[in-house]
Order: sequence, then C-alpha cells, then structure tokens
Amino acid sequence: MQDAPLVRLEQVTKIYRMGDVEVGALRGVDFTLERGEFVAVMGASGSGKSTLMQIVGCLDGPTSGRYWLEGRDVSSLGANALAEVRNTTLGFVFQSFNLLARTSAVENVELPMLYAGVGGRERRRRALEALDQVGLSSRAHHHPNQLSGGQQQRVAIARAIVGQPRVILADEPTGNLDSQSSVEIMQLFQALGAKGMTVMLVTHEPDISQFAARVVVMRDGLIKTDTRQIPKAAHAEVVS
Amino acid sequence: MSLFDTVRIAVRALLRNKLRSFLTTLGIIIGVFAVISMVAVGEGAKAQVEKTFASMGSNIIVVLPGTSSRGGAMGGFGSMPTLTWDDLAAIRAEVPTVRTAVAMLSAMAQVQSDEDNWTTRVQGTSPEFLDVRAWKVEAGVFFTQSDVDVGAKVAVLGRTVVDKLYGEFADPIGQSVRIKGVPFQIVGVLERKGQSAMGQDNDDTVVVPQSTFQSKIQGGLQKFIPGMIMVSAVDADATKRAQTQMANLLRDRHHIEPGMDDDFSIRNLAEMASAVEAGTSAITSLLASIAAVSLIVGGIGIMNIMLVSVTERTREIGLRMAVGAKPRHILLQFLFESLALSTAGGIVGIAAGVVTASKLGEAFGWTITIRPETVVLAVGFSGLVGVVFGIFPARKASKLQPIAALRYE
Repeated sequence: MQDAPLVRLEQVTKIYRMGDVEVGALRGVDFTLERGEFVAVMGASGSGKSTLMQIVGCLDGPTSGRYWLEGRDVSSLGANALAEVRNTTLGFVFQSFNLLARTSAVENVELPMLYAGVGGRERRRRALEALDQVGLSSRAHHHPNQLSGGQQQRVAIARAIVGQPRVILADEPTGNLDSQSSVEIMQLFQALGAKGMTVMLVTHEPDISQFAARVVVMRDGLIKTDTRQIPKAAHAEVVS
Repeated sequence: MSLFDTVRIAVRALLRNKLRSFLTTLGIIIGVFAVISMVAVGEGAKAQVEKTFASMGSNIIVVLPGTSSRGGAMGGFGSMPTLTWDDLAAIRAEVPTVRTAVAMLSAMAQVQSDEDNWTTRVQGTSPEFLDVRAWKVEAGVFFTQSDVDVGAKVAVLGRTVVDKLYGEFADPIGQSVRIKGVPFQIVGVLERKGQSAMGQDNDDTVVVPQSTFQSKIQGGLQKFIPGMIMVSAVDADATKRAQTQMANLLRDRHHIEPGMDDDFSIRNLAEMASAVEAGTSAITSLLASIAAVSLIVGGIGIMNIMLVSVTERTREIGLRMAVGAKPRHILLQFLFESLALSTAGGIVGIAAGVVTASKLGEAFGWTITIRPETVVLAVGFSGLVGVVFGIFPARKASKLQPIAALRYE
C-alpha cells in the first residue's frame, strides 16, 4: 500500500439539503495528495473548499464517490471507525484555534492521545516534545487566555502533530491572526513540510497560498486549476 | 481512554462551574438528606414504641372489668366491678397457659411526706407484680407475700413520687409516707422506667400490698377487684390461647349465655404494640416516599443543567470528536458528569441527614439508628437518578455530528 497516494478522491460529490433545496457543495471532484506535499486549496466562499477539507479529514462522508486514505477505502466507514482514522492519521488546525478554555497548553496538546489510550506519563512527554517543536515549551502551563492568537494557534498545531499524523489539515489557520503572526504560522507549516509532513490548508488569501508548493483553486464545487509553484520562503523576522 | 481519565475530565468540567455544580447538586442533597433523616426519625420512633411496650412486660394480657349501663348510658369497660377475687384464683388455678396473674388495684390518692404532698396512682398488688411488669427494685426491697397476708402498711415508691416528695437524690427507705392520711413505711424504690405506651409516667406511682389497699384505700365491696387483672402468658405463642381460655372461663363463671356480650374485656398488649408499630411504619414510609419525590426533582435539575452544558460545549464536543473521540467517549464523559453530581449530592446529603437525625434524636431523647442499608439505598438511588437523568443529555451529546458541532455558534 506504500505506493498508493496518501489521499485519493474519485468523483466525490457532497449534497447538502437546506429544507427543500439541495445544494451541491462538491460536484464530482477528483483529487490526489502525495506524501510530503504542501497544498493550498483556494476559492471563494461557497466554492466547496471547506467541504473538500472536511471529507479529506473524515469529519463528513461523501454523498457519492470514493475516498481512499493510504489505499484504504474510507468512504463508507461508521462513526467509530472514522473517529479512529482521525485520531491516528489526521491532524486538524482550525481558524478559531478550538482550544479547551481553562486548560493548560500542554493538556490541550495531550487531548488526542487521551483517546488513543496513551498512558499519562508518556502523554505528557510527547506533548512537551510537540510544544517544543512549535517553539512554545516555555508556555506549556499557560492557559489559552494567557496566550496571544499566534501562540494559541501554535498550541493547536502542536496538538495536530502530537499523534504523528500522515496529514495536517488546516482550515483557514491564519484567518484570525494579524499578518505578522500569519507569517510565523506559515513558516511553521513550511518547517513541518521540510521534515516530510504532508500539509493541506484551506485559505481564501492569495498571500497565504504563496507559501505552498501546490495551489488548487475551486469554484462551484469543482476543481478549476491545480498548479505547482516555487513556494515563497517565509521570512520570519520575529520568532518568539 | 481509561476510566480514571474519564472521571478526571468529568470532575474538572464540573469544577469549572463550581456554583452551578453546587446548585445542581443541592436538589439531590436535599432529597437524600430528607430520605435519611425521615427514615432515621421514623425508625427511632418505632424503636421507642417497641421499647415502651417491652418495658410493660412480656406477653401481657389485661383483663378489665365489664360495662355498666344505667339509663342507657354505657359506662365503658371498668366502670363497674365485675371481676372477683374468686375469678383471679380460678384463672391462676385453671388456665394452664397462664404463668402468673395478679390483681392490679388502683386508685388516685394523695400521698404526703413531712414537707410535701403529691397525688398519684396507688396500686394494690402482690409480689408477682415485679415479674409480670418486668420491673426491678432500685433500692430497698419489695414487699413479701407475708406482708400481703397480714395487710402490712408498707409501700414501694416510684421514682417520680420520690422526686416529688423527698427530692431527687433522697433515700427515703425507712421513712414514713401517708397515703390518704394513713402512715405507711417505705420499704423500697422502683427502678426508673419512663413513659408508658400511652404517654403516662410509669414512675408516678406507689405500690402497696393488695390486702392493705383493700382495707385502707379502697373501702367497700370487698368481693370485687377494684381494678384489673394482669396476666402474663407462659410465652408469646401462648398469649392468644390464654386469651381464649380465660374468656371461656370467665363467661362460664359469670353465667353469660351464648350470644350475650361479655361483662369483661381481655386485651393483649402485643396486639396493641403491633398496631402502633404498623402505624409508625406507615408514617415512616409515607415520609420516605415524599422525600424520594424530592430526589426525582433533583434528578430533573441535573438533566436540565446537563442539557444546558451539552449545548454550551457543543464546539468542545466537536473538537474532541475531530481529534478522535468516539461517540462512546463523549457519552461516558457526560454520563460521568451527571453521575458525579448526583453521587456527590448523595454523600453530602447522607452526612447532613445523619447529623440532623442524631440531633433530632438527642432532642427527643430517642436512640437514632442509621441503618447501613438506608445509606446504601440512598447512595444507590442517587447514583441511579444521575444515570437515568444523565443518559438523555449524554446521548444527545454523543450523537452530534463533528462538523455541525465544530461549526456551532
């Protein structure tokens, strides 16, 4: 199975019912993602880019079509099996960070391992390691409300990578950040990519997509263009 | 995910909203508290009744003289003497199930010491009195059969009478007490016995030989017993038989035709005791069920707050699902939260109930027993309330779709 692409979608559709109206969020998408790729999915709001990410992230199943993750068909798995796939294979970063309030950074990072059944001591060790990777080991015991937006997003990235997933899925990860912090976060993603991590991020900001090596543009539930580019290096003047 | 982690997450979530958690728990606290204290007080009352009846002696049957009817006014049992000394002798001699039978002559009379006076119930009886009433002498001696034979002017005093006439710590033995103006020598003091089942003070009495009672206190109608006959059966099983046998004997002796009413009445104290006990038990279970209703109300409070909590934490649930929580994990987390609320309430409620019950016991002078099964039942029931009322919100949480939950505003 090592030869199969990491992610392969074939004629995937997703139809939402809004009362009597059916909305086709995805209308037959073919998409593959190879290991080590850093892809940015662009598109206007309603283009289906977030739906694509949710299906790739196993948060939602397709209405029709097939999806192979590491060669395994995951298009028709049940809720428990999908939870396990998300836990072991995928890491999520959200626009609004989604950290648990009044819970320290390190405990937030431990969360996925809690459901993976990792023991308490091992959990703490790996979480501190992940925080170190995002440059936040000095803030391990701070609560989210004591951290800046950029720092909170880095905690979220540490939480995404702590389980050593195959793919990191980031949905508008810089949407709530100032440009300085945005660049820092993109630099972090690039660094993870350099270590061989596969990153798929959704954004509507062309500035952000410049940092990716591949840009997929969506419109009306279909992929319009899929281009490769030389990524812009993220010069981070300040890294705290 | 280990059980320990699940419990830890649940407890931490509850501690984040301390006031809210406490107020939610309050419903259960009050419910369990009410159950524990009500049952304890009810049991205490029952024990008190049992103790009172036990203090009256074992297997006691009372034979009361019959009714008088004058001009259509029924006088009630005991209004006319119908029992004779010969009846008493016959009961002693002819009923095999009777262990002892003793006449209880009684009259209210004034008693006087040198300083004080008091009106009390004077009883004329024989030495079997102690045996029948299961009573003991605290100081001095009881009078003997020879005192009865010669009609000696000796008296045994109840504790209350001693307190009234001589003071609380006095030793009146050997002193003289005047009953209806006749001097008697005090030979003994009865042990303190407390209240009777009817709320009378057992210790407010003076006991004298029955012959002396007849000659000095009663006056007139020497053939009849001015009071009642107290009989103790050989054992508890024989009580019923003794009652029937005595009834037959007395009907025969009094020449009562079949179909005519008895001119006496036989009462069994054990029957009275069980009737009173049944009454207390009924009140106890009534109180307990009212208290149980408040537990259910507490459970509804828990369900309410858990539903609010699920709604509030929809995004948290979505995130947990996104990072790999299975529906089962979410279900257990919320179930443990409601379980923790209700059991914490149960434990606090038990503590409060136990303290209150023992304070009430002190106030009433009862021995309060908190039975372990009551405690186990209360904790178990409050846990059950937590699960029953927690399962619906927890299921609701576990059925959320990760995407919808993450997007929830």
